[in-house]
Amino acid sequence: MEMTSLYPVASEIFLACAGMLLLLWGATAGEKSTGAITVATGIAFIIAIFMAGHYETAKAVVMGGHVGSNAYVLFIKVLLLLSALASLVLSQHFLKSSKLSRPEYPVLVLFATLGMMLMVSAESLLGLYMGLELQSLTLYVLAAFRRDNAKSSESGLKYFVLGALASGLLLYGISLIYGGSGTILFGMLHEVVTADKPPVELVLGFVFILAAMAFKISAVPFHMWTPDVYEGAPTPVTAFFAAAPKLAGIALLIKLLYGPFHGLLAQSTPIILVLSVASMTLGAFAAIAQSNIKRMMAYSSIGHVGFALVGLVAGGQEGVQATLLYLLIYLPMTLGAFGIILSLRRDGVYLEQISDLAGLSKTRPALAAIMTVFMFSMMGIPPLAGFFSKFYVFLAVVEARYVWLAVLGVCLSVVGAYYYLRIIKIMYFDKQMEGFQRVPGWGVASLLGVTVLFILTLAVKPDWALSITHDAAKALIG
Amino acid sequence: MLFFGMPIEVLALFFPLFGALITGFFGRKLGDRASQLITCGFMLALSVVAVMQFKNVALDGNNSSYVLATWIQSGDLRANWSVMWDTLTAIMVGVVAIVSTCVHIYSVGYMSHDKCQPRFMCYLSLFTFFMLMLVTGDNLIQMFFGWEGVGLASYLLINFWFEKESANNASIKAFLVNRVGDFGFALGIFGCFMLFGSVEFSAIFDQAKNFVGKDIHFLGMTLSALDTVCLLLFVGAMGKSAQLLLHTWLPDAMEGPTPVSALIHAATMVTAGVFMTARLSPLFEYAPVALMAITILGALTSIVAATIGLTQFDIKRVIAYSTMSQLGYMFFAAGVSAYSASIFHLMTHAFFKALLFLGAGSVIHALSGEQDMRKMGGIWKVIPTTYVLMWIGSLALAGIGIPGIYGFAGFYSKDAILEATYAAHSGVGEFAYWMGIAAAFMTAFYSWRLIMMTFHGTHQGDHHVLDHAHESPPVMLIPLFVLATGALAAGLVFFDYFTEKEAMERFWREALLVLESHPAMENMHHVPEWVKLAPLGAAISGIVLAVLFYGPWKGVPAAIARAFGPVYTLVYNKYFFDEIYNFIFVKGAKVLGRFLFQFGDNKVIDGLGPDGISALSKTAAAQVSKLQTGYIYHYAFAVVIGLVAFLIWMGRS
Repeated sequence: MEMTSLYPVASEIFLACAGMLLLLWGATAGEKSTGAITVATGIAFIIAIFMAGHYETAKAVVMGGHVGSNAYVLFIKVLLLLSALASLVLSQHFLKSSKLSRPEYPVLVLFATLGMMLMVSAESLLGLYMGLELQSLTLYVLAAFRRDNAKSSESGLKYFVLGALASGLLLYGISLIYGGSGTILFGMLHEVVTADKPPVELVLGFVFILAAMAFKISAVPFHMWTPDVYEGAPTPVTAFFAAAPKLAGIALLIKLLYGPFHGLLAQSTPIILVLSVASMTLGAFAAIAQSNIKRMMAYSSIGHVGFALVGLVAGGQEGVQATLLYLLIYLPMTLGAFGIILSLRRDGVYLEQISDLAGLSKTRPALAAIMTVFMFSMMGIPPLAGFFSKFYVFLAVVEARYVWLAVLGVCLSVVGAYYYLRIIKIMYFDKQMEGFQRVPGWGVASLLGVTVLFILTLAVKPDWALSITHDAAKALIG
Repeated sequence: MLFFGMPIEVLALFFPLFGALITGFFGRKLGDRASQLITCGFMLALSVVAVMQFKNVALDGNNSSYVLATWIQSGDLRANWSVMWDTLTAIMVGVVAIVSTCVHIYSVGYMSHDKCQPRFMCYLSLFTFFMLMLVTGDNLIQMFFGWEGVGLASYLLINFWFEKESANNASIKAFLVNRVGDFGFALGIFGCFMLFGSVEFSAIFDQAKNFVGKDIHFLGMTLSALDTVCLLLFVGAMGKSAQLLLHTWLPDAMEGPTPVSALIHAATMVTAGVFMTARLSPLFEYAPVALMAITILGALTSIVAATIGLTQFDIKRVIAYSTMSQLGYMFFAAGVSAYSASIFHLMTHAFFKALLFLGAGSVIHALSGEQDMRKMGGIWKVIPTTYVLMWIGSLALAGIGIPGIYGFAGFYSKDAILEATYAAHSGVGEFAYWMGIAAAFMTAFYSWRLIMMTFHGTHQGDHHVLDHAHESPPVMLIPLFVLATGALAAGLVFFDYFTEKEAMERFWREALLVLESHPAMENMHHVPEWVKLAPLGAAISGIVLAVLFYGPWKGVPAAIARAFGPVYTLVYNKYFFDEIYNFIFVKGAKVLGRFLFQFGDNKVIDGLGPDGISALSKTAAAQVSKLQTGYIYHYAFAVVIGLVAFLIWMGRS
């Protein structure tokens, strides 16, 4: 076998080897090696980004047709690696101060990321399942990482049970499809599905897969685990949950819709539409009633998933591009907001309740100002980046003649504006609370700097973001 | 000769603006005296130019026009800042400049005890500027600009003593009532633009006759296009010129300082409506229904205002109702196409009415601010000059003269109006003639009632006031002499230009248009002798009766008032216009407003809108949160429900 034939999955192979080595190192060196292993993991992510950028640009399918690469996959993988890196940076001080600093943590994040990368580079249902399970199993463990905490354990267990249900649905769907078509390779499935009348098992199997994917991206009504898990999991884990897996799930969904199951696109679009409207609506209304900021962020992410799916309802290259752009902007906003949450500690406890933000503008004016930028951006106030993400999905959906959906989306983002504004109001106008301790670390600070810069400047120079999302969408559809 | 790239007759129109800007911005620094000198200086310079221009344009026939700038250029709509000099402009500019200069100078004396003299001079000059813009424009938009500008200046000046609540109310009332009129005017302008595709006079006049008999359709009604537009424009004139129905603001506007009443509410601004009908005569001539309406409303205004004038006791209000009545004369003259007579009366009236107002101001000044005629009397010896000037003004107002030899200003202009009205040989003309004769009688009566009550008999007021009474200083009397000269001579000098056929043609040229089918001015010289003498007879009998009633036969007026109790009450209360308007519009608007606020806004809009939606959102949020029970089997159930729903959807096809 030629080495070159493995180039399209070079970054995954590298990460798998690195992960196992780091695991060995951690097992032998013990807790004191955590810092070094974390740094090593971060370096591994960076190397993986460069490897992906160097080796995986061509369109290819390798390893017996089970994995492959193209510009779309590359785009998603780089974003995943960056999000994982950011989550790692965010977790640093939290884990140390919460006495959770163990070498498994960075390695688990690494394996979860590897799973997500495999998900999107999968070219067969088997590759897909492998990636998804690797990702899920590590995420269950991460959710329950604070083993001595009842809430954390409960959230891990809940996630595990419900995740097992979703995996069951996925496997059942895969077996139906195999039964109906006799193949698990995307390329051959594509031909069967596009044939005159695809077998009914195949259609039903696809619905099971859709349901499993909806669970992963926490689209309503498959979202119920999200608030509980987000609240219970340690905050850096929540930040990780809110970012990378959402991206991986939606990216995989897109790949399935425009790859093997393209022939069912017209029939499945109403399902995406229902998921989208239900998620936007529930995300907007339910977040209003929350007092815990992590639960609020859970509903906020549900809402954002709904908005991202609007682009898929529009469909076509423009629609997919709008969704990708939405995700590209959503990631730094969310990670930045969690960066703020992870910068606020009082009496050894990190911020949990929204009301604790009262008077932040007096005690920590810089953080309050940055949080305000994130909140305004999430609302979709021009000229911040969040405006463009909403603008492009609504533009795509209007051009696809779903004007009512755009109107509904705008109305729901007005409802959603309420809870984002409430945070700003609490920070700026409520009576000042006791000050927060200063959380040390240049990592979070530089992450905040980068994300704020991104959100503020995208309006000035949006063409690069439009161009890379355009190329990615074109690689998939064009 | 050019100054700053403009001919002097164009630049001069901006003199009042310069004066207003300088005193407005730097008045406090400059002080009272400098502000007065600056504004009066600019006004005097303007007057000189205006008189020269009157000779140059009106008498020598050198019409000119000058475009200052393109003001609006939007699609087909085009309006210039321009100065159009024709005879009508020259007359108006002359009248405005001279009367305004007199009032400026008079104000130096009259307002000498006031704290805010620079502000007063600034407003007066600003008003003059807007009035000049109104009369010199060559399009409806510039006219409207001036129209609104004088309205603003009028508002500011009525409310000059803003500590007085009655002045506040009066200024707001004037502004609001004029809004009604201005709305009509604006609609008229829109209508003109719709019909003719232009707001420039020349374009409108060229096309007007093509639209005779054309209809427009509005709300299912078929209306004559020209009549509709002209009636809308006339609504604007009604507001500004205080014609019946929209007149209620004018008497209240007397709350402003007396020079303001003289300048704005007698001589110039209130005649803007008359000026408009004359300026737009090439349009109105083709709108017979509108002309008829103007005649009837003008006639009614003249008689109604005159009857009210008989019963009032406030010296300024008597003159205010007299002004309203005389404006009625001007309108019914315009209504029978006697625009020339109408403008003639406008000019003479400006002189003698300003004289009467300023004379009344002189009386008020002498009596330390007293305005109630019941507290005056017997002061002719104290202020003899004012007394003589008031006589001249009243004689001019009543229209006294010896036919064929000499008459005061009003004698010529009022007779010209009444003869032309009779000579129109139309039903409405006849009606207006008789109303005019009756009003002439009453005009003479209330004028001498005023003179008798104010100057003769014994003093009825506080004797301390009488002890302090003094003749006005020369700075107040000299402008009165100028105006008195106008009241004495304007009629005689200009009679031919305004009424005699050949002189008229040379004088007016194209400024006015009168159709051959409207021969009122042509025929006025051929009316029966009694028609010519009736106004004079009515006036003289009015004078004699008033002198007797308020001299030797003291008890008679009270007895008449008692005998005609209900009628007297009606007239004394100004036909209850204010009360009716108050009930219908003010109270009605309040009731409607309260309904809309309490029910419409609070209950419906807020209830279903912001409040309702926010309450609904919170309820929805609480309900949605309840779904989040924390039990895994609930969550799994939701997943299964969703899956089954999707399976049904996909299996269906």
